[in-house]
Amino acid sequence: MNKLSLIIKREYLAKVRNKSFVIMTFLSPILMVGMIVLIAYLTKVNDSQKRIVAVFNESDYFSTDFNTTERTSYVFFKGISLQAAKDSTLNLGFSGLLHIPNGNDLEEVTQNSFFYSKDAPSSFVLDRLENIFEERLRQRRLIDIGVSSEEFTTINDHFEINIATFTGEQNLKGINEMKAFVGGGFGYLIMMFIIIYGGFVMRSVIEEKTSRIIEVIISSVKPFQLMLGKIIGTSLAGITQFTIWIISASLLMFVIFLVSGIDLTGFSDQSAMSSSPMTSISPLPATSNTMQLYALEFLQIPWFLLISLFLVYFILGYLIYSSIYAAIGAAVDNETDTQQFIFPIILPLMLAIYVGFFSVFSNPHGPIAIAFSLFPFTSPIVMLMRLPGGIGEGGVPLWQIFTSIVLLIVTFIGIVWLAAKIYRVGILMYGKKPTYKELYKWLKY
Amino acid sequence: MKNILVANNVTKKFGDQIALNNVSLAIPRNCIYGLLGPNGAGKTTLIRIINQITYPDSGEVLLNGELLQPHHIALIGYLPEERGLYKSMKVGEQALYLAQLKGLSKSDANKRLKHWFDKLEIGDWWNRKIQELSKGMAQKIQFIVTVLHEPKLLIFDEPFSGFDPINANIIKEEIIKLKDKGTSIIFSTHRMESVEELCEYIALLHNAEKILDGKLEDIKKQYKNNMYRVGLELENGENFLKQISDKFDITASSYDMRKKQLDFTVQLPSDDTRSFLSLLSAEASINNFVETIPTANEIFIQTVQNINSHE
Repeated sequence: MNKLSLIIKREYLAKVRNKSFVIMTFLSPILMVGMIVLIAYLTKVNDSQKRIVAVFNESDYFSTDFNTTERTSYVFFKGISLQAAKDSTLNLGFSGLLHIPNGNDLEEVTQNSFFYSKDAPSSFVLDRLENIFEERLRQRRLIDIGVSSEEFTTINDHFEINIATFTGEQNLKGINEMKAFVGGGFGYLIMMFIIIYGGFVMRSVIEEKTSRIIEVIISSVKPFQLMLGKIIGTSLAGITQFTIWIISASLLMFVIFLVSGIDLTGFSDQSAMSSSPMTSISPLPATSNTMQLYALEFLQIPWFLLISLFLVYFILGYLIYSSIYAAIGAAVDNETDTQQFIFPIILPLMLAIYVGFFSVFSNPHGPIAIAFSLFPFTSPIVMLMRLPGGIGEGGVPLWQIFTSIVLLIVTFIGIVWLAAKIYRVGILMYGKKPTYKELYKWLKY
Repeated sequence: MKNILVANNVTKKFGDQIALNNVSLAIPRNCIYGLLGPNGAGKTTLIRIINQITYPDSGEVLLNGELLQPHHIALIGYLPEERGLYKSMKVGEQALYLAQLKGLSKSDANKRLKHWFDKLEIGDWWNRKIQELSKGMAQKIQFIVTVLHEPKLLIFDEPFSGFDPINANIIKEEIIKLKDKGTSIIFSTHRMESVEELCEYIALLHNAEKILDGKLEDIKKQYKNNMYRVGLELENGENFLKQISDKFDITASSYDMRKKQLDFTVQLPSDDTRSFLSLLSAEASINNFVETIPTANEIFIQTVQNINSHE
């Protein structure tokens, strides 16, 4: 058997048989699904809790306006004093009391209305009440200048602008965000993979150094072979773990969905992103018709292209970063010394994710998005966020993809060459805490 | 071909620091060759170059008359000074892995390992993890892994460090057996005294330079300077001592009046001992007359001092 495959096999088995690795592999999906179910459950509980608002209406207006909705219901008081109304509201534990005094005129009535509550009222409740008042006032003012109530309803019709691409296809609002969501998922996956398994590579190098087996091994194989074998073996273990996670998590979700009947469909998309700022994007109001259009768009995302390019960016990006991790592991004697070197690696990854979420989402083909999707240390993440829009017209121009892959390959070769040099020297250096200056010197050995 | 390994003008620098300066060596086939020198002399760097772990800045190394090539790795067995094993891996599995890296097939490696494990009486360790073993136990396994692929050239860097005297002896015997079977062995150490009984040839490294090499016997001959320890029995030894002190360089003398025993060290002008002995035997009975041969350590110290005084 050839030496590289021997090394890969050993690294893979050493990782996969490791107890904490096994525990993490099988515990994580349970924790993850548990988390999602908990969030789903809590959201449901939160949503189903109705707010009850007491209304003490002494005027002739608003008699038909306070209609119980999904989340707010109204209780009406009549013929009691304001103080009694306040007391009962408090005693019954309602959200608050809206007092509308009697008056000659709508303007006067609204001016004198008050909302009493124990604590500062939630903005949700206030918005609702204010809407009701505004609506009535607008109608009243328009009637005053001679608009009939039928005309008023027409005026009030909601309007949405039609949007389309230049080629005439119908376009959808927020579709960029949704597509970036998909790309962001892939980008996020790459970042997580690099951080988790790059760290594994580093620790495995440190272990070989501290156990002093390294010199025994590199008298049989080239240091570069060992480094490469280690990176590949560890990433295969990582892919195994990720696959188990995805399959078991989906199965668990499916089972829980069947058993409990909790509607998880709305959360499954968010679950992967729950730790990211993406959740700040508000869901769009969607009728069933637009839902269909979204689904159609979703299916029209160039999946094949996306996944094949994902693999390209994933492999190149991971190899670049994990060889840096390997070089760091070789340079130090123990894990505590790695901090000063780890930070500069994490930085571009974090930058890529934040630039992705804050800039690429809103404008996937803007100058910042383009710059970061060409820069090789961020391109694996940022380019993937841009890609769901497709390639060519309306999507990422072909030259950009081409340039970014070429830059990535050139960087890959350069970094692996540098990392291998540091690795080759570092693995035989004991007892010194290296500085950047020293690492630079090693390159010339 | 007489030499298994030849190094020609090997130089290696690490930054501004010179690790090896123009070192040339010839290591004869089927002998134990001592590579000696204090810590930091460049021994390990030279060994790493032979193992193709690092490469010389200039100069060349020939194995079996060929420039070093990757495939030569299978011909060399190397036990480094900084040695260890994977802590959480099982002994047998680990030994198999390391043997396969040296190019043995799995079944071959298995057979040979079983043989060696029985030989060193550690057969029941096969399924234990390294972290359960003592340091000496782990050293035995490292030794086996080093010699398992039956290399033509074995390199031991401080092989006995970490061994208790009993196990050190077992390993020493195995090394001699390997030599008898035709293996060439490089034995690197800074402890000169362990060299004398094992090594046929030595090279001394000091401050990145080779300061001395050759057959140990020849070197000793070269370094012996006709010093002899003499023990005589005679009356009136002090007079006699005074008498010969005029003609010869006498040091470390003592006379025991009661036993009538005179001991001294003499430096003769040539290796002709006859005339001196007849002079002695005319006056006294000779209890002992021994040539003092310098130890490797003394030779080393003397050579280094010579170099330093020339600078």
